Amino acid sequence: MTTTSTSRSPEPDVQELERVTIRFAGDSGDGMQLTGTQFTRTAAVFGNDISTLPDFPAEIRAPAGSLPGVSGFQISFSSADIHTPGDQPDVLVAMNPAALKTNIMDLPPGGALIVNSDAFTQQNLNKAAYASNPLTDGSLKGFTVFEIPISTLNERSLDGLDMTSKQKDLTKNFFALGIMFWLYERSMDPTLAWIDQKFSARPVIAEANKRALKAGYAFGETTELFHTHFRVKPAKLAPGTYRNITGNEATALGFLAASQLADRPLFYGSYPITPASDILHQLSGYKAYGVKTFQAEDEIAAIGAAIGAAYGGALGLTASSGPGIALKSEAMGLAVMVELPLVVVDVQRAGPSTGMPTKNEQADLLQVMFGRNSDSPLPVVAPATPAECFDMAIEASRIALRYVTPVVYLSDAFLATGAEPWRIPNVDELPDIRVENVTDPATFRPYARDANTLARQWAVPGTPGLEHRIGGLEKADITGNVSYDPDNHHRMQVLRQAKVAGIADDIPLLEVFGPSEGDLLILGWGSTYGAIRSAVERLHADGRSVAHAHLRHLNPFPKNTETVLRSYRKVLIPEVNLGQLLLLVRARFLIDAIGYDRVRGKPFRIAEIVAEAERILGVGHERGDDVAGDHSPNTTQGVD
Amino acid sequence: MTDTNGHDTANQPPLSPENEAVIQLTRKDFVSDQEVRWCPGCGDYSILAQTQKVMPDFGYPKENIVFISGIGCSGRLPYYMNTYGFHSIHGRAPTLATGLKAARPDLMVWVITGDGDALSIGGNHVLHSMRRNVDIKLVMFNNRIYGLTKGQASPTSEFGKKTKSTPAGTVDTPIVPLTIALAAEASFVARSVDTHTEHLQGTLNRAGFHKGSAFVEVLQNCNIFNDGAWREFTERDVREDRMIVLEHGKPLIFGRERDKGIRLNGLRPEIVTIGQNGITEADLLVHDEGAEDPYLALMLSRMQWPEFPVPVGVFRAVPRPTHDELLSGQIEAAVARSGKGDLAHALASGETWTVE
Repeated sequence: MTTTSTSRSPEPDVQELERVTIRFAGDSGDGMQLTGTQFTRTAAVFGNDISTLPDFPAEIRAPAGSLPGVSGFQISFSSADIHTPGDQPDVLVAMNPAALKTNIMDLPPGGALIVNSDAFTQQNLNKAAYASNPLTDGSLKGFTVFEIPISTLNERSLDGLDMTSKQKDLTKNFFALGIMFWLYERSMDPTLAWIDQKFSARPVIAEANKRALKAGYAFGETTELFHTHFRVKPAKLAPGTYRNITGNEATALGFLAASQLADRPLFYGSYPITPASDILHQLSGYKAYGVKTFQAEDEIAAIGAAIGAAYGGALGLTASSGPGIALKSEAMGLAVMVELPLVVVDVQRAGPSTGMPTKNEQADLLQVMFGRNSDSPLPVVAPATPAECFDMAIEASRIALRYVTPVVYLSDAFLATGAEPWRIPNVDELPDIRVENVTDPATFRPYARDANTLARQWAVPGTPGLEHRIGGLEKADITGNVSYDPDNHHRMQVLRQAKVAGIADDIPLLEVFGPSEGDLLILGWGSTYGAIRSAVERLHADGRSVAHAHLRHLNPFPKNTETVLRSYRKVLIPEVNLGQLLLLVRARFLIDAIGYDRVRGKPFRIAEIVAEAERILGVGHERGDDVAGDHSPNTTQGVD
Repeated sequence: MTDTNGHDTANQPPLSPENEAVIQLTRKDFVSDQEVRWCPGCGDYSILAQTQKVMPDFGYPKENIVFISGIGCSGRLPYYMNTYGFHSIHGRAPTLATGLKAARPDLMVWVITGDGDALSIGGNHVLHSMRRNVDIKLVMFNNRIYGLTKGQASPTSEFGKKTKSTPAGTVDTPIVPLTIALAAEASFVARSVDTHTEHLQGTLNRAGFHKGSAFVEVLQNCNIFNDGAWREFTERDVREDRMIVLEHGKPLIFGRERDKGIRLNGLRPEIVTIGQNGITEADLLVHDEGAEDPYLALMLSRMQWPEFPVPVGVFRAVPRPTHDELLSGQIEAAVARSGKGDLAHALASGETWTVE
């Protein structure tokens, strides 16, 4: 068998599709993340545009077969430009009853359902709380169901290998992947090469996984179960060299790039926390680049060390998620007071408290804006897509160094683990973000400021003649000596605020997609970008006067933000929180924007944003089946 | 070879290439222009003075010395040193020092802290900076009270002590700072007293020359909120009988008449009198600050007044690779293995494909 065997006869029908969305779902021990990642790589290398949504439990191994133990991975791949992993899967692969139960509600009527029928034992049905077997009780008759005894077929394909049954069973995800590769005309070569590399030390395991993959592919080819297979052509991406990248990968690479562009070694202080830990893992592999990583004893030590390194002249970086940011808050205030460059990454997750660690939310905006004692302003930036994490990491570093200030970079779980193709930039097209430290004793005053940026004079230890003291106590303007002078304190509070506000002169204007004025502007920030952009494209197709603007800078806002907002009769702000940007926009601009929130630990669906826009516009269709009906207070008028 | 205090420096590493140029610095060079604002009579004045006095010993130009502090009365010390200084937040000075030393191995980094700062709110950071052998000199002023917040019990306050926050007496058992430091694998552990100026200078000098994490407890008097904190054994007229000065390689002898000693009885120390019951110097414990295992140092750290004379001096001084050396070593090894990192290579790592 070869990987190009689709030319064999009798050839099944080939149907060409623009876009397909597949969801792999199984037990968290079934390797669904790996299966999804392999399909993603293959689709990306083939040249499709892709967008992914891994969805996994926080437990490493929840009880096998249980509902909480279900792990899913959704990938959308397309021959056109796409922005989201898809509202609903076209195909659901369910490896056991629990996976079926927790995912079937997302499969649209007529959607394809591939199940591992071997897993539908009475015991597994009980664990999934099925009173009767859904494969036989008629409850799946609205779908196109393919029952495949994957476990049995897979085990048979591994005959003769020196492995236990249990080990053999662990390879069945590759059998399922093989079926999907055949169904969507994908080459097995990248995955076969990956298996060889991954299991080079364990040739039997490598052989088993390869056989499982090929057996699944051959099953797709020879069985009469499938009458059609599907073709999704490469997308017309801009010329260039591409790779597939997740938000966390792009974030780590972005800060590596920033340190090189700033000509300062990167120091990364971090404490393990989902979903930010991958940044530590990746940066710890960049030793040859001079990157120093420090796994601290706690979140506070992580930021303390980053501040210490920044004080010494390094590019100081720390990252966490919401609970860790809460712990870092006092030190963030210190960084505001001592005015040192520092970037704090918050990969947001569902909260409050421990919340749902692996699930998505964008509800830390007000925390990072205001979650410190006193007026403690710092700039906030937020990437909108996984690939954009790279650019915003450089932007956050640029602002930190140029303005000598801590900066918060807000990513989230969806961006962090989701993937898309990324056109690899040439190093020489990246910005120069170098800044000089002061060295002249004759003119050095620790809190004298640059007339343009209001950045204070930043001298690093080791510079002769510039010995000085900084700290958390209020500083006298210019000299930096400790000061309790009432007027000085007022002046310093105003100066710190003005420094951050002034960054508005140094960031891009807010861009609008769609008409520059009209009935409705949908304003977003962070990972809602894809769903909003897709929704607006659909509304445009229906002739609606709707535009999309997406904030990458949340503090300060771009200078034209108010002008943009006032160019539309209404402003809709969808957020995966209960109205945080909404609160800022209303407070700042006295604009009666309308909030729209869905806080389910998942990204927005395109259809629900379309429906909400149509509701506001007083137009549209009956779309009740698209949108879950729990209307929150914000869907009518704001939160106050 | 000896330094300006007459201490042996033969085994100490050369610390700075600029040695020759700066050796002429004096205490005055390390006095900043800031007015010192501790209460009159505070033990901190002496600690500051001895710190300023020993600074020229190390051969570092003053711009390469950094003092980092947390919150509490001790936290003010960096303002008074004419070096680089960072007055950070409560308990967190070791974290800043760790990051600074990692990023800048060329600097000499001192951490100034107190019993509340180091052992309550910052206990975790002391523990971990010591176990990592971060090359910092941590000086903990121990006055057994919260002074800056006006007199609450601290983690070293005696059990039952009545303070503003414990009018019926504290119900918390105090901890012994040096036992904590030893348990945390500090590679240098010492104790001195604010008013024993010569001993304090010598101890700070030894700490400064130690490569690795140095933990120095200074018994310090707070004459406002805990006056006489250590008076019972530190006063001039009693200290020879109630304290014991540890000296490497010498038997543990104390007393005005130098006739008392410490001997091991089973697993416990015991006070004996030389010349009685046939006891000679040969029966006494001999101090070994460089012992590979920490048993002796741990035992000495547990000796407390009034059961025992209180030991001062260097309890433990052992060589161990420092945190910054190990970090830098990994980087050098990676560069030696695969060359200096090329950004374009990192950006294009993994599978790529080209769109024409």
